[in-house]
Amino acid sequence: MHNHIFEQYTRNDKSSLIPLLQEVQAIYGYLPEDALKDVADYVGLPLSRVYGVATFYNQFRLSALGENVIRVCRGTACHVKNSANLLFALENTLNIKAGETTKDKKFTIELVNCIGACSIAPVITVNDEYYGRITTKDIPSIIKKYAAKPAKGVQPANVTEEVA
Amino acid sequence: MVELSINKIKVKAEDNMTILDAAKSVGISIPTLCHIKDLIPSGACRICSVEVEGFRNLVPACAYPVSEGMTVETNSARVRRARKTIVELLVENHPQDCLICVRNKNCELQNLAERYSLREHRFHGETKDHAVDISSPSLERDPAKCILCGRCVRVCNEVQKIGAIDFANRGFQSNVTTPYNKGINVSDCILCGQCILVCPTAALRERSAMKEVSSALESRNKYTIAQIAPAVRATLGEEYNLPLGTDVTGKLVTGLRRLGFKKVFDTNFAADLTIWEEANELIQRISNNEPLPMFTSCCPGWVKFIEHNYPDLLQYVSSCKSPHEMEGAIAKTYYAKKLGISPKDVFVVSVMPCTVKKFEASRPELNEHKLQDVDAVLTTRELVRFFEVAGIDFADLNDSEFDNPLGESTGAAAIFGTSGGVMEAALRNAYHTLTGEHLENMELNAIRGLEGVKETTIKIGELDVNVAVVNGIGNIRQILDDLRSGNSKYHFIEVMACPGGCINGGGQPIHQKTDKVVQRMRALYEIDKKMVKRRSYENESIKTLYKEYFVEPGSHVSHEVLHTHFHSRKS
Repeated sequence: MHNHIFEQYTRNDKSSLIPLLQEVQAIYGYLPEDALKDVADYVGLPLSRVYGVATFYNQFRLSALGENVIRVCRGTACHVKNSANLLFALENTLNIKAGETTKDKKFTIELVNCIGACSIAPVITVNDEYYGRITTKDIPSIIKKYAAKPAKGVQPANVTEEVA
Repeated sequence: MVELSINKIKVKAEDNMTILDAAKSVGISIPTLCHIKDLIPSGACRICSVEVEGFRNLVPACAYPVSEGMTVETNSARVRRARKTIVELLVENHPQDCLICVRNKNCELQNLAERYSLREHRFHGETKDHAVDISSPSLERDPAKCILCGRCVRVCNEVQKIGAIDFANRGFQSNVTTPYNKGINVSDCILCGQCILVCPTAALRERSAMKEVSSALESRNKYTIAQIAPAVRATLGEEYNLPLGTDVTGKLVTGLRRLGFKKVFDTNFAADLTIWEEANELIQRISNNEPLPMFTSCCPGWVKFIEHNYPDLLQYVSSCKSPHEMEGAIAKTYYAKKLGISPKDVFVVSVMPCTVKKFEASRPELNEHKLQDVDAVLTTRELVRFFEVAGIDFADLNDSEFDNPLGESTGAAAIFGTSGGVMEAALRNAYHTLTGEHLENMELNAIRGLEGVKETTIKIGELDVNVAVVNGIGNIRQILDDLRSGNSKYHFIEVMACPGGCINGGGQPIHQKTDKVVQRMRALYEIDKKMVKRRSYENESIKTLYKEYFVEPGSHVSHEVLHTHFHSRKS
């Protein structure tokens, strides 16, 4: 699925590592292990070095995103407004840590340094929707809303069964 | 040449020399952590900071070149304070379990803490917490003890050109690890242990076999046999402050007997035997027009490398087991039978300069009727710890002789421990087999020394034999690539994974003395020179062994006991 991306890059050119990783991520939404091996092989670097680069930059992910991405703002204004507690509440409710995805692939929690909506701090976003001036008490209802809703572009389970 | 002043001392230095080297030339010691001699400086740790007049910030001496009229201060209050703070920060994020640490009293971080008189804990905070990687039979990685100097990463990448480990993550989470943090045994690591030799702390260390060996020595049912690799005798003395390159063979035998080993054999015996088998294999390949070149198979790190990276070329590797595996195999077949004891009760311990030998000993194909040829491998360093526990004053021991028949050896075997030695020994033998004459100039200087790739041509009868000697696994790729594309002119190639050969193996004493490799090499060539018999075919015990058991080199029995096969590990 990713073999065509190599066409525009020269083999063994170490400087094409980051653009190649970006292209892989554009295809899958994350960097699958096999693709990382292929990239390492193509640019002529050890896998350990490629893995190091992929884990160094925040823009790269090594696991697939969940259907719903919750971003928690940890900027200064939100921090003052206790966004740490929101994060703990989310982590406890979903039983994952920031940066991880739930087992049912429904939710991913990510940290953001500043969302740019300080006037309604503390802020979290779920997909493209903003939730401002919230407290930990609001977390369960927000999660419930998305847990029930099928994500965009994904068929509800009963429909796929009929097709099969 | 430029002239500068360091601590008000006038120093003449060559252009492009670093401040560090210029200071060293006048007896001023600047501490280093991330610095590795002969590699491009990384300047990561800042412990070598010095003050240079006219510069606002401190300058890393390991990375900064000297210039005309420069005024350097290496011991100002500002420099001392900066260095002390660096050490304090490193120490506070370090387990500080020195008392029970394998590198206690041989740790660069500990030395720096002492040198800068750390007497209180000034910083308190979160410390890193990582699991120890014990996935491999050879190496352990303890990232909690890592100070991120990056020396292991650089040796693995730039010298050995393997790249099994690298920095991952960032900030407080930074650590040196394998891809996906999966454990060293599933990485491309060849377990050579060069990273251990440069690690300033115990973040990288060998997987100890001391428990297994202790219990075998205590067990009444076990017939314990020790064997000593050629390279160990030239280095172990260093742990007792004997001069570099002191030959301690006789003391080693005495020491091992005192530890309770029933028999102390010499891996050199099997090295001679390897030569009989390997030279025979080479002659067979040449006369049967089989694919050439033939590669040696003594170095398990090299074998693991080709299994990982060039499995399509495995047919070129000699099928001989490595010497200590042969010795173990003979101990459990011929020798056990001779003594009338069950091979099950024989416990063979190899004292090796090497960490990969531990992995090799665990390879399932190296066995006699499901009994591993070698039961445990101790590194040079581990044997020293055994002597310590047992209260053996090594330096004061008398010399003793090896037990026979697996203890007799020639000078050809002694030089196995240094790069070029196996080749030299094999050529001495092949020459005799093919021409019936002794090789006159048997000291082949063209394939001695530190060069990464050495080559020569030797005329044997009508045949011009092209040989190459490679040491440091980073130098082999070009030769393998040429072979793949059909451009190899060689008949026989010796490969040792460690730079310099086994004398610089991953299991050897750890210190950063500069001429250690040269001195250890010299010691082995001295042993060879002093020997009356310097050619493997003159070994009487081996002649007897063939008469009584193996019939001839390459026979059916010898294939069963002394040869093996290798397989692809490409993922």
